[in-house]
Amino acid sequence: MKINLNYMLLIAFCAVAVSCKKDNYNAPSSTLSGKLVYKGEVIGVENNQVPFELYQYGFGKVGAIGSSFAQEGTYSALLFDGDYKLIIPNGQGPFRWKYLASGAPDSTAITMKGNQTLDLEVTPYYMIRTPQITGGAGKVNATFKAEKIITDANAKNIEKVNLYINKTQFVSGNNDQNIANTGIAGTAIVDMNNITMSVTVPTFVPTQNYVFGRIGVKIAGVEDLIFSPVVKITF
Amino acid sequence: MKKIFLITIVALLVGFAGCKKDTTFLDIPPIQVIPNDVAFSDPALVLSILGDLYNRQVDFSSLDGDGSQAGWRTFSDFSESFPSENGSYFIVQRTGWDYGSWGAWDYTYIRDLNLFIQRDSASTLLAAADKSRFLAEGRFLRANYYFELVKRMGGVPLILAPLQYDAAKGDVSTLRVPRSKESDIYDFIISEAEAIKTSLPLDATIKSRATKGAALALEARAAIYAASIAKYGASTPQVTLPGGEVGIPVAKASGYYTTALKAAQEIITGAAGSYQLYKVLPDLSDNFAAVFLDKSSVNQESIFVEDFKAGAGKTHGFTINDQPYSISDEGGDAGRLDPSLNFVEAFEKLDNTFAPIPTTDGTGNPLYYTNQFDIFAGRDARLAGTVLVPNALFKGKRVDIWAGYQLADGSILTSDVAGNLKALPGTSTPVQVVGTDGPINGLELRTQSGFYARKYLDPTVGSGRRGRGSDVAFIRYRFAEVLLNAAEAAYELGQNDVAAGYLNQVRSRAGLVIPLAAADLTFDRIVHERRVELAFEGHILFDYKRWRIAHLVWDGSPTSRADLISNLGKATQKSTQPWGLWPYKIYNPGSVNNGKWIFKENLPSAVTGANRFQFGNYYSFINDNIRSANPTIVKQPNQ
Repeated sequence: MKINLNYMLLIAFCAVAVSCKKDNYNAPSSTLSGKLVYKGEVIGVENNQVPFELYQYGFGKVGAIGSSFAQEGTYSALLFDGDYKLIIPNGQGPFRWKYLASGAPDSTAITMKGNQTLDLEVTPYYMIRTPQITGGAGKVNATFKAEKIITDANAKNIEKVNLYINKTQFVSGNNDQNIANTGIAGTAIVDMNNITMSVTVPTFVPTQNYVFGRIGVKIAGVEDLIFSPVVKITF
Repeated sequence: MKKIFLITIVALLVGFAGCKKDTTFLDIPPIQVIPNDVAFSDPALVLSILGDLYNRQVDFSSLDGDGSQAGWRTFSDFSESFPSENGSYFIVQRTGWDYGSWGAWDYTYIRDLNLFIQRDSASTLLAAADKSRFLAEGRFLRANYYFELVKRMGGVPLILAPLQYDAAKGDVSTLRVPRSKESDIYDFIISEAEAIKTSLPLDATIKSRATKGAALALEARAAIYAASIAKYGASTPQVTLPGGEVGIPVAKASGYYTTALKAAQEIITGAAGSYQLYKVLPDLSDNFAAVFLDKSSVNQESIFVEDFKAGAGKTHGFTINDQPYSISDEGGDAGRLDPSLNFVEAFEKLDNTFAPIPTTDGTGNPLYYTNQFDIFAGRDARLAGTVLVPNALFKGKRVDIWAGYQLADGSILTSDVAGNLKALPGTSTPVQVVGTDGPINGLELRTQSGFYARKYLDPTVGSGRRGRGSDVAFIRYRFAEVLLNAAEAAYELGQNDVAAGYLNQVRSRAGLVIPLAAADLTFDRIVHERRVELAFEGHILFDYKRWRIAHLVWDGSPTSRADLISNLGKATQKSTQPWGLWPYKIYNPGSVNNGKWIFKENLPSAVTGANRFQFGNYYSFINDNIRSANPTIVKQPNQ
């Protein structure tokens, strides 16, 4: 068959002409970011386990724009400009969010117009004060002070305090986020102002001369742990 | 001239054809659709409509299904087994379940059931007996589906009549039904079962249609679920909603336990037909396996089943997928569902005590066995009835499960190819160094845990061929479960002697003839008995959910060997990763142990995740589409 250049040009022109239409929307470009804080202090959580939800009304069906906090307690979302509402769903996080009288989580109104930084003020059950994680080749030691923040009717006890270490900077109680851990049951803690733990560093391949460590406090009846900042321990 | 004539003729023809009245031309009864009044005048037609509704029932585990919906996979989770198929390792590699897992929200099915109930009620041409039986069956299926919903989602909108959208008003808000309380759904199921039981046939030989026995079994199970959610839900106050859509007040527990016991006892005393435990074969393990295979009238244990029929278009591939590789009817299609050592360890010894499968002595030295069977000796007969252990018999052949030779210096001689031949040290003749059924890490379709499944595995010739398939039935309700429900209810009501009586019936059938005394009964015993008796029957998830122990058993941290062999028989024993038990043959000429067997606990290398059940998993996620279409639907807790 003879290839007719004219036809090919015509087809190419049609294709180009059809695709000339402008896209309906620009991509979202405003970044909402911030972190979980209690009186200015950051609250550490487990990576990807504490969710938050953003809602935007006025465009048909309403569904959550869901995401979750990073382990340093930070979050970010790329949004269109407009009005949003943000909640942290019930039962999530080692802290209390603000609630309505019905028990549903109260929302925070956010108006996006360009980038915005918004720290979320929450009330944790406990705070990990003065965490110190040190160690050498064989062992990692941690000391810290647990301060009870919520002391009213919603107060909860400590179920367990844990020290986790991992090869990578993601450190938590999750199966693949620690290579060793140790814990003290809440009932076995004698002095909340001086809690000491020590964990043996196991051998692993490939070897490296550092590990990452982190303290997590498990509060009775609350699924998510509150964590201290991740510390890199080089030995 | 000729042209004009032609045109006139055509015009006349068209004109006359169009002369027919609209009513005679358009109102022709359709020939491919049966109108409702005709359909509901003939019992055979009603039965065919009902047949479709029966087929659309939802089970957690089911034997049929293809591809990603393959039946065997629905049995394979929760560390009770290892999935030996390359596309299914995700089951043991994930670190938990999505909140949407196990969700169900099929209101189309409920609408069809409601329409069926409405049309059957309105029918005037059916015989009264037929009409009431069909009606009762429709209500049974509806109650059964609401049970399926409430187990997964908690309280759901309770819709008992077909909803009608009024297009003239254009308002959907009247159709938005909020979620009922969880207890209301259970109350509905119980009251429906009570209401229809006398309209259903009192006939224990009917298995695949609803009977009085099926209605009572449904009632007993629903009541025991509601009761345990009320009682044990108190230990997880965070898994509740203020409106009662999730969670049942603890005060209701004893009422539900009483209902469960009463309904179960109605079956046990024979008021619903002659049901009894299957005790036919002399070998107790074969007998237990036959409970699921025997579809003759001898089997008075099954109450309500999903039946299959070979050669008639309704078969399933469970046997094809799970038969032992070395005995496969369909070369290369086998061995997917491998029960885990976690599960095998759960079977107690004949003296009613728990002990790990003895692989080592007190000081950690291996124990040597002459036969592979010996390590499993003296255990609950249900072990060999549920699991094909190494060297077990299936279709007259023995499965060939061993991981290699252990040499005199303690090193292992094996191969990556199942059944491969290699020369042993000091010899030159190649001999087989690994079983034709494995276990070899990463070698799919052979066992990787050291066990094959036996429950439902069909020994009929040809059942393992794709062209034929198997027609073993899936038992939804059976007498042993009714006994266990009765035992649990009686135990929770403080009637330990009654409970022990029911429990001992089930246990003695499995060879545990030393009866448990009333004082021996504990919550752990109840949990344990259900785990071993009802394994791979779609119970474990819902049982662990209703007892609120799922987040303790599947806590997300890896299962160590110590975890595996400690806390046996405890309800909350950790089981987050499926372990295997690999047999090795000793090659050490000159030693007394030459040719003997040792066993090693082994975590299959594909297992990298650990099951983590979060509070948000207790009730499945109701998706955003549903909630934005009906904003009155409240969210599940902890999600």
